[in-house]
This record gives sequence, structure tokens and C-alpha cells, in this order.
Amino acid sequence: MSVNTADVAKIASLARIKVSEAQLEAMVPELNGILAWVEQLGEVDVTGVTPMTAVIPNTLRLRDDVVNADPLTGGDIRDAVLANAPVAEHGFFGVPKVIE
Amino acid sequence: MSSYRIQGATGEWEVVIGLEVHAQITTQAKLFSGSATAFGAEPNTQVSLVDAAMPGMLPVPNRECIRQAVRTGMAIDAQINKWSRFDRKNYFYADLPQGYQISQLYHPLVGEGQIEIVLDEKNPEAGTKVIGIERIHVEQDAGKLMHDQHPTMSYVDLNRSGVALMEIVSRPDMRSPAEAGAYLTKLRQILRYVGSCDGNMDQGSMRADVNVSVRRPGEEFGTRTETKNVNSVRFVMAAIEHEASRQVDVLEAGGKIVQETRLFDPGTGTTRSMRSKEDAHDYRYFPDPDLLPLELSDAFLEECRASLPELPDAKRARYTETLGLSAYNAAVLTADVDTAAWFETLITASAAKQGKDEAAVAKQAANWLTSELFGALNKLGKGLEDSPVSPEAAAELLSLVGDGTISGSIAKQVLEKMLETGDGAAAIVEREGLKQTTDTGAIEAAVDAVLAANADKVEQYRGGKEALFGFFVGQTMKAMAGKGNPQLVNQVLKAKLG
Repeated sequence: MSVNTADVAKIASLARIKVSEAQLEAMVPELNGILAWVEQLGEVDVTGVTPMTAVIPNTLRLRDDVVNADPLTGGDIRDAVLANAPVAEHGFFGVPKVIE
Repeated sequence: MSSYRIQGATGEWEVVIGLEVHAQITTQAKLFSGSATAFGAEPNTQVSLVDAAMPGMLPVPNRECIRQAVRTGMAIDAQINKWSRFDRKNYFYADLPQGYQISQLYHPLVGEGQIEIVLDEKNPEAGTKVIGIERIHVEQDAGKLMHDQHPTMSYVDLNRSGVALMEIVSRPDMRSPAEAGAYLTKLRQILRYVGSCDGNMDQGSMRADVNVSVRRPGEEFGTRTETKNVNSVRFVMAAIEHEASRQVDVLEAGGKIVQETRLFDPGTGTTRSMRSKEDAHDYRYFPDPDLLPLELSDAFLEECRASLPELPDAKRARYTETLGLSAYNAAVLTADVDTAAWFETLITASAAKQGKDEAAVAKQAANWLTSELFGALNKLGKGLEDSPVSPEAAAELLSLVGDGTISGSIAKQVLEKMLETGDGAAAIVEREGLKQTTDTGAIEAAVDAVLAANADKVEQYRGGKEALFGFFVGQTMKAMAGKGNPQLVNQVLKAKLG
């Protein structure tokens, strides 16, 4: 697998990252280098090996349906949530107008 | 139902419809955080650091969300996947602080299922149709944007961000707006029975993405468009009608349908293209590295199945087969889970009061509920949920009719008084002296008086004008202020007119 300039431009656009023409050219071989490096994993024979989903044997932990049981992951913290917003008015985040 | 066809200038077109319904799962807390889900809270008060996507916060799934989605899958006879996984759907929008939605693309929680719809509720001959469900997956809702509060800014409220949704994806099995309407209504009914979604479409708890294409009957599927976020059954039907005829117009003019996302405008009943999202279809899905696969135990699945209530189809069948109700009454009483619950409390109380079994009182209760109470509540602009008369109070009224204490027509008056005053039926009957007269002497006296006063009509009756019998009954009842026992009045009249 490899990418060309157009691919990199598209990925940059999807990720909303501004990349200049010169940077694009430089990134093509860099990304292809990374892809080639990862592709070496394809050389390992994994016949009969169950795909691994985590590096340690572990299962997904579930939470009970209780509001604000843990203050660190609960609500009612509007000031904290809005503290870093560039603009916060009347309890809302303010963003440049986006209209469909 | 005859096949729905659009008559174009060049011939007939068939419409093909599939629905993706987003149903908010009824839970206290969000899908991956502990913040509340209640509707209508002050902006951004139900937002945790997880929902606001602050760096370093990790999602932990809410067990109840998974449980409700599994129960919903079981209610539509779907395959439940004991192993499923969450994926990231990447896109940028101001209502999505993470920059991705956690969803399930590759391994959804619920697989193939189905829903049976009645093609025409008014015509039992029309039959039923099975609509396939492709999958149900669990995902996060986004926040809400408000565009009209500030001249240059949009306001963002993240209260809804991270609330759990089920996305219920149908097969493209529907062929008319009416079928799509029936499917959505039935799905909503099932969700409300299961208790996995409250179905409040006006609060956004259920919204549909409507996929529509047209084709010549029998030919291959045409290119489809997707109209997003339509929030009522009526609007879904209107959106399909408009979108299908728009596509026919484009095709007949020699054009091509572009696969695109469209918006429905409820004001005009039309759809329009959402051009800004045209290049946003590459979502670069990948498994969410923050979440391990979701593995369900047999015990968990057993609890889900055991906790399912009687579902609409089964209930409807029981109402006609075991309780002996008419198909119409069974459909009306099972249409909503709350109505069915009210009715069942009523017949339990009724059976206890009258010392009969439920099947023996069900018909009386069903007829009274669908004609008398619904009518009276309608006049008051109320629904069953805020009825001033409780099922227990209604059972008392019905038992007075059942044992002949009052007649059916007096029962109407008593109901009005009950709604007005909140008093019990027996107390009202006692106070207003409404007890039915079974005193034959009094009935005979009233009948004699009526016959004497209408000698000419008696003559006509005896001459063969039998339709006048009803007139005599009416006059006698009027003379007795409605309190004569109808059967006895009939008997006495028949004997005297002989």
C-alpha cells in the first residue's frame, strides 16, 4: 500500500489540516515509509491465531445507569466545561455561524 | 392496498423506501458518561468532561443502554450479537466536540430482525407485510446548534452530546408513503412497549433518515437520496411523496439522480440538497481504541429476554381471541402501551367488583372506554394519562351498569358528573337519585300514561307501523327521567301494545 500527493491532500482535507504544496511533497515519502514499515507485520504467519483486540486479557467494563455517580464523569459543571471556550455566552459555547 | 405508483409523463414509477430511525434510549445517564439525559435542562448543565471531549477522558459504556438495545432487538426477533464493537465515525462539526461519533459500523449489537405492519388499519382484508430490519446499533447523539440567537455566532448546547441512541436500519422493503408511515408507527409502538425509547417525536427522541429511490416496476433499484432528521410520521410520508415525485421529474427530463443528503422543510413539504456535506462522506471509520469489544454473557441475555413485556401483536391477538374484543377495539386499546395498561387495570378492577372473570367484563369495559371515556376526555381536551377518572373509579361505574343499578344512558350522565366533581359513581347515583327503577308497577303506570296520551300513534302501531315502538320506549323513558329499566320497559310495552 502506498499513497500519492492526491491521497495526502485528501487526508489532510478530511482531517482539516492545512498543508502547503511543498509540505505535501515532503509528506508523501514520509507516509509511504511508515506504511512500508507497518506492512512488515504482514510477513508474520498468523494462521490459526485469533485476532487480538487488546494486549492484556481484559473485558469491557460497564457502568450502572446512575447520574453523576462519579463527579469526575458527571454533569452539573457548566463553568468548568465552558472555562476554556474562546467564547461562552448565556451558558452556550459561541462558534462562528454554521448554517446548513 | 393497491400498489402505490407515481404516474409520470412516460409511464408508471415505483417508489422504494428504507428508513434509518434514531431512537433515544430511555436512561438516566448518557451512553459513556454519568451526566443526565433529561429533556429541557439549562444549556450545558448536563455535560461532563467526557461529553465535552476534554483530553484524557475515557468512555465507559452504560449497561442500561446496552440492555435496552438488546431488549429492543429481541422484541423484533432479531439476532443478538454477543460480540460487538464500537467504531469511530470521523467528521468535523460544531455540535460534535470529539471530532468523531462513537458508533458501531462493522460489528453492530443487533443483527437481522423484522417488523410486521398492517397495511390498512381500516380494512382487515388488506393484510400485513413484513419489513426487514437490517441491524440496530448503539451510538452517541450530537449536541444542539442554535443559529438564531446571535447575528454572527451559532450557540452550542452539548446537553444532548453523548446521549445514547439506537439506530434502527430497515431494509428497503417499503413501497409507499403509507407503508413507511405504518412501519414508523409500529416501530414506535414496539419501542414504547419495550420501554427502550419514549417515542416523543416532538422532543426529538425519535427521528428518521428517509432513503428514497424510484424505478420502473420490476426493474433494478434506482439511485437513492437520504433526507435527514424527519421528526414525525406525517412529515416522513410528506418527504417521501415529495422526494419521489421530484426524482421522477428529474429522470423523465433526462436527468440523473445524485446520491446525496437532503433536508426536509416542514413548512413547504419539500426537500432540498445539503450541499455542504457532499464531500463529507468519507468518515474514515476505525475501531475505537478507547473501548474493548462488548461481550455479553448468557445470563445478561436471559435477563433481557425475561424482562420483555407482552408485545403489541401478542396483546392484540389475546384481546380478540381470549377477551373476545372486536378487532377495532383491540387495535385501539393496544395502539399505545399506556392505553393498554389503563384498560388492563380497568378490567382487573371491574372483574373484582363484579365477581366475574376478566373475559366476562372485557367487552363492556372496552366499549365504554373507546366510546364513552375517550369521547368525554376528548371534549375536555385531555388524554387518558390525565383523565380525572381512574380505572378503579371507572370499574365502580361499570359495576353499577353491570348489576342493573343504572342504565347505560344514565351511566353517561354519571360519567359527566364524575369528570366534573371527581366523586365516585355510587355516591353520585345515590345523591342524584339516579337508580334504575325495576318496580313493574311504576313502569306500568308510566306506560299507561304514555299510551293514553298518544292514542293516535297506538292506533297506527297496531295498524302495522311497528317503527313507532321506539317512540313509545323513548316517551316512557322520558317520563321516568331515564330511570326505567330498559328491558322491563320493553317487556311492559310489548305486553300492553300486544
